[in-house]
Amino acid sequence: MQLQRAHVLVCHGTNCALHAPQALVDAFRRALRETRLEPEVRVVETGCFGLCEQGPTVVVYPEGTLYCRVSPADVGEIVSEHLLKGRPVGRLLYRDPAAVKTVQTFPEARYFQKQVRVVLRNCGVIDPSSIEEYIARGGYLSLGKVLTTMEPAGVVQAVTDSGLRGRGGAGFPTGLKWRFAARAAGEPKYVVCNADEGEPGTFKDRLILEGDPHAILEAMAICGYATGAHRGFIYIRGEYRLSITMLENAIKSAKELGLLGKNILGTGFDFDVEVRLGSGAYVCGEETALFESLEGGRGEPRVKPPYPTDRGLWGRPTVINNVETLASIPHIIEKGPAWFRSLGTPGTPGTKVFTLCGNIVNTGLIEVPMGITLREVIYEIGGGIPGGRRFKLAQTGGTSGGCVTEELLDLPMDYDTMAKAGTALGSGALLIIDDSHCIVDVARSFAKFFMHESCGKCAPCREGTRRLYHIIDGIAGGRGSPRDLELLELLSRTLYMTPLCPLGQTAPLPIMTTLRYFRPEYEAHFGSGVCPAGVCAEPGGSTKEARAW
Amino acid sequence: MATVTLNIDGQKVAVELGTTILEAAQLAGINIPTLCYLKDLNVVGACRVCLVEVKGARNLQASCVTPAGEGMEVTTNSPAVRNARRAVLELILSDHPYECLTCIRSTNCELQALAEAFGIRRVRYEGERLQKPLDQSSPSIVRNAEKCVLCRRCAAVCEKVQNVQAIAPQNRGFGTVIAPAFEAGLAAADCVLCGQCTLVCPTGALHEKDDIQKVWDLLSDPAKHVVVQTAPATRVSVGEGMGMPPGSIVTGRLVAALRRLGFDRVFDTDFTADLTIMEEGYELIDRIKTGGVLPMITSCSPGWIKYIEHFYPEFLAHLSTCKSPQQMFGALAKTYYAEKAGIDPADIYVVSIMPCTAKKFEAGRAEMGSSGYPDVDVVLTTRELCRMFKEAGLDFAELPEEEYDAPMGITTGAGLIFGATGGVMEAALRTAYEVITGEPLASLDLEAVRGMEGIKEATVQVGDLPVKVAVAHTLGNARKVMELIRSGQAGYHFVEIMCCPGGCIGGGGQPIPTDLEIRQQRIKAIYTGDAAMTLRKSHENPAVQALYAEFLGHPLGEKSHHLLHTHYVERRRNRDL
Amino acid sequence: MGNEEKQCVCAIIARYRDVPGPLLPILQGIQEEHGHLSEAAMHQVAASLGRPPGEVYSVATFYTLFSTRPRGKYVIRVCENAPCHIKGAPAVIAELEKALDIKAGETTPDGKFSLEFTSCVGICGVAPAIMVNQDVHGNLTPSSIAQVLGQYR
Repeated sequence: MQLQRAHVLVCHGTNCALHAPQALVDAFRRALRETRLEPEVRVVETGCFGLCEQGPTVVVYPEGTLYCRVSPADVGEIVSEHLLKGRPVGRLLYRDPAAVKTVQTFPEARYFQKQVRVVLRNCGVIDPSSIEEYIARGGYLSLGKVLTTMEPAGVVQAVTDSGLRGRGGAGFPTGLKWRFAARAAGEPKYVVCNADEGEPGTFKDRLILEGDPHAILEAMAICGYATGAHRGFIYIRGEYRLSITMLENAIKSAKELGLLGKNILGTGFDFDVEVRLGSGAYVCGEETALFESLEGGRGEPRVKPPYPTDRGLWGRPTVINNVETLASIPHIIEKGPAWFRSLGTPGTPGTKVFTLCGNIVNTGLIEVPMGITLREVIYEIGGGIPGGRRFKLAQTGGTSGGCVTEELLDLPMDYDTMAKAGTALGSGALLIIDDSHCIVDVARSFAKFFMHESCGKCAPCREGTRRLYHIIDGIAGGRGSPRDLELLELLSRTLYMTPLCPLGQTAPLPIMTTLRYFRPEYEAHFGSGVCPAGVCAEPGGSTKEARAW
Repeated sequence: MATVTLNIDGQKVAVELGTTILEAAQLAGINIPTLCYLKDLNVVGACRVCLVEVKGARNLQASCVTPAGEGMEVTTNSPAVRNARRAVLELILSDHPYECLTCIRSTNCELQALAEAFGIRRVRYEGERLQKPLDQSSPSIVRNAEKCVLCRRCAAVCEKVQNVQAIAPQNRGFGTVIAPAFEAGLAAADCVLCGQCTLVCPTGALHEKDDIQKVWDLLSDPAKHVVVQTAPATRVSVGEGMGMPPGSIVTGRLVAALRRLGFDRVFDTDFTADLTIMEEGYELIDRIKTGGVLPMITSCSPGWIKYIEHFYPEFLAHLSTCKSPQQMFGALAKTYYAEKAGIDPADIYVVSIMPCTAKKFEAGRAEMGSSGYPDVDVVLTTRELCRMFKEAGLDFAELPEEEYDAPMGITTGAGLIFGATGGVMEAALRTAYEVITGEPLASLDLEAVRGMEGIKEATVQVGDLPVKVAVAHTLGNARKVMELIRSGQAGYHFVEIMCCPGGCIGGGGQPIPTDLEIRQQRIKAIYTGDAAMTLRKSHENPAVQALYAEFLGHPLGEKSHHLLHTHYVERRRNRDL
Repeated sequence: MGNEEKQCVCAIIARYRDVPGPLLPILQGIQEEHGHLSEAAMHQVAASLGRPPGEVYSVATFYTLFSTRPRGKYVIRVCENAPCHIKGAPAVIAELEKALDIKAGETTPDGKFSLEFTSCVGICGVAPAIMVNQDVHGNLTPSSIAQVLGQYR
């Protein structure tokens, strides 16, 4: 194998993929051929790098020079200037919004300075289609360690000791879940990876799977060993084509190398993984609905108890973990629980991947220690609010999360603190909304989502989400009255207290929080009032929203 | 069995492990309201009406699905619980037509009763309601999706009791409906029209097709000679519909009430039940003697017939070719009776009072008119008849007891027990034993084939032959028997299958509610009635003997063949592609 | 259903019938191959799996990626969830409806485009975004719609 003096990493994450990165890769290869640099420089198609807004991004190593919004037309210049002459192309360098000067290399960017990359450590660094690159970065070492030096109970203990909590939103202790499944009676047992990411504003699982698929396979095999399962399923959204391809390719190469399948690493342990696709139902992110769907039915949530660790998939003991949760596992095994606990907060150790979207300069994917404040995320990593607008509110945890205002920006973000503040850490989605938006219009968008995604099994969610939308739409359309706010509050309480599954139970969260912080803005829409933000239609007039769905 | 002790509203309650809070509360004398719950069949926690507070839980718990836990503290009647139940009911009502006054289930509607109990005086939610066309495609059952509360009891009964799965939830969310595949009408589905769904529907979303006006029209036309027949199971259930306790035997009052409605003759399906025993009994003997297809399976239950036509068409040759008692009655009313009474059969109209919705379908089958006239003109369910009685202002409980008209009202206990599961088998054996052996049965009460056990088997020594019989009720059990027959392991000679749980006394046209306890009381009434009869064997029925002597000749004779026997058609489960 | 389609549906059923929980993979295969799930195809699936047709239809109508009616050659899925909404999705959708002269839920008369709402498909980093079949298009504005549609016209 020839040593190469430079690597060109071209982001192939879905968000960059819409700029046709293959053309970039082809352009680089062509230019390198023409300049006879081909043997010295390697072009790598990597997973997401995080800076989606700036895509497509290209990083040139060994310097780590970060180029943004690169088009095929720029490639010749990068090759001739940077790779041939060693002079970075200034006009394409990342421009830190807060800084005066451009940033040469990506570690200098404030976007990356506060990040701690555990789950994302391979994303944007390796070629996700290459198992060799994953192994070269220490991949499958943890699986080997577990299979050759640890008892299953020891693995469960290590995960328990790490304090890892489920990253899908509920924050349930992962070690406890594994322990329940390990102790549960019934064969066969299953490991399910929940990749049915559907929370609006959340795209972390997609980009993790695109950028580092082997980490998930390795973690599932470790979980199988720890709990006594030999079969795993990854239930992933049917829309996530690139992730699906990456996963299927990864499973194939892992099987070829004996890292999945029969007698893994000659230890006698068997573990197989299959990919199953969702078909468009947010509720299938709820674990029991996911099982129903995987079994071939309507994705309607089951009554709990029994819990999945007792009776999950096909009525068998099942561990179901979120993608990000699983992605932490190999590192916990490799570096030890104490190391993991040294990150984050005592109640929620480790890091958290957040997705930044909405009115923020750097939209994209970040990984930070638990306990970081929203203010740090928005203003230091996210680069603040663009266009000179003011911050109005942030929704945390996706559409099923609550909203926070300026006063809460300094709260440390972890499961317990956020819940106490009436919102949720949830899936890690951070939707930043500036002062050009009307709270009623935004709330209507939240309500519409739940109305569309309610499965219809239980009465309060089926009917209540529809009424929630109707009331808010009425207010936005200038047909509201104080009576509507009373009804909205009653309905929110009802939804909070009565539905069968978390979908209905969390539906009122964003409504209740907007009502708590922005009641006067709702009231301004009443009668002959107007929309203070100038977003909603004339009072009494029908709004654009009255159609479809 | 391990027990757990929990505290419900301050009472300590010890229950078996696995008991739900709902059941535990019932043991403590606390009735938690429910809507979707149907014991053992539909335990899904969908309606959220049975919510209770469980100390330590963030939200309210559905008591029908939450297991009682050791030391659990449950409150079933707190402000939070009452408010939540009211709020949920108000939401359900917001998507329900306000047509209580004109609804077929008015005053017998579980949703209405809950709204009343919780004092819901207004529904504040406005906006869209589900809009779906009325499904009147079938002759038996009307489906009104707009009145559906999506409790799913109907789908549960259709799947778990009947194993038919003609209806299932379709679409998602607010647009969900319980419907046949492709949201087609019931007529296009593999529905057997048994009507069990109408018994469990808490509202007016699934109900019998109402044919009352047709009967009023017949009765008010003096040129028409309208005769009525009453199915065995109706005399032990009509009383319930008229405010009497379950299991009341109201045979005489039923006859009196029908006369007062204006029927020209009040006859009894029990008469042709006796006749069925003669025809079917001889058919069985013939099959055994001549090496015909065995086991022979009964053909009285139209839901069962439609089921085997859809799901086991390859076994149609096993069915007795006998028409059901209802159809035999009609065929004879328009031939034998017409002749005897000297009335032009074109002027005779036959109305049936049946515990069954599928009988409406049976009466309309193309095969059912071999006399040149439709055997039966109108079929009314027990429920419809009760409405007619109420409309006519009859004080049912105060009516005198009257006798059926001769000759088609002369019956035996054997005909009566057709109404309960195992009854046809017992009646057949009473006759077959005597006909073949020439000796009377030691005991007329064949306990082995009675009762609510799903599948009952017995072997009766008849002369040299040990006759192996089986009795099944519900189509779920019918399927098990059919699979056994398919496997070749059964070795049965004769099999009775009734579509509905408990037999016809639990039919889909019976008064609501019809539950396990009520079914058992009706069965008890049937056997009490049988025991009180002077004649208890079909072949001893003098009117049946006269029928053969005067008209039919002998069982399986040519006239019988023409009028009393039929054939079946294959109904493909999945349309030919 | 034509013979060819029937054969194809058979092949898809054969591919998945032995996997545990085969119904969804089979329906996904048919949807992908034929663009929708016809009644005939669903009957065939039901018969092959020995399940009632109502169950197949029940599952088919639960999921938004399945369509029981034929759709356009290009299915445009627009997201209107909060992250796209605040980045201007309503204007983008309005422009799409104008450019195609159809409303969401409809198909153009020439059978080329169908416009559908979808829930968030996780491309919020480049909101507002749409999917045209499997292609993702992000950072859209009303003025960029013509160019996006042009790729498929």
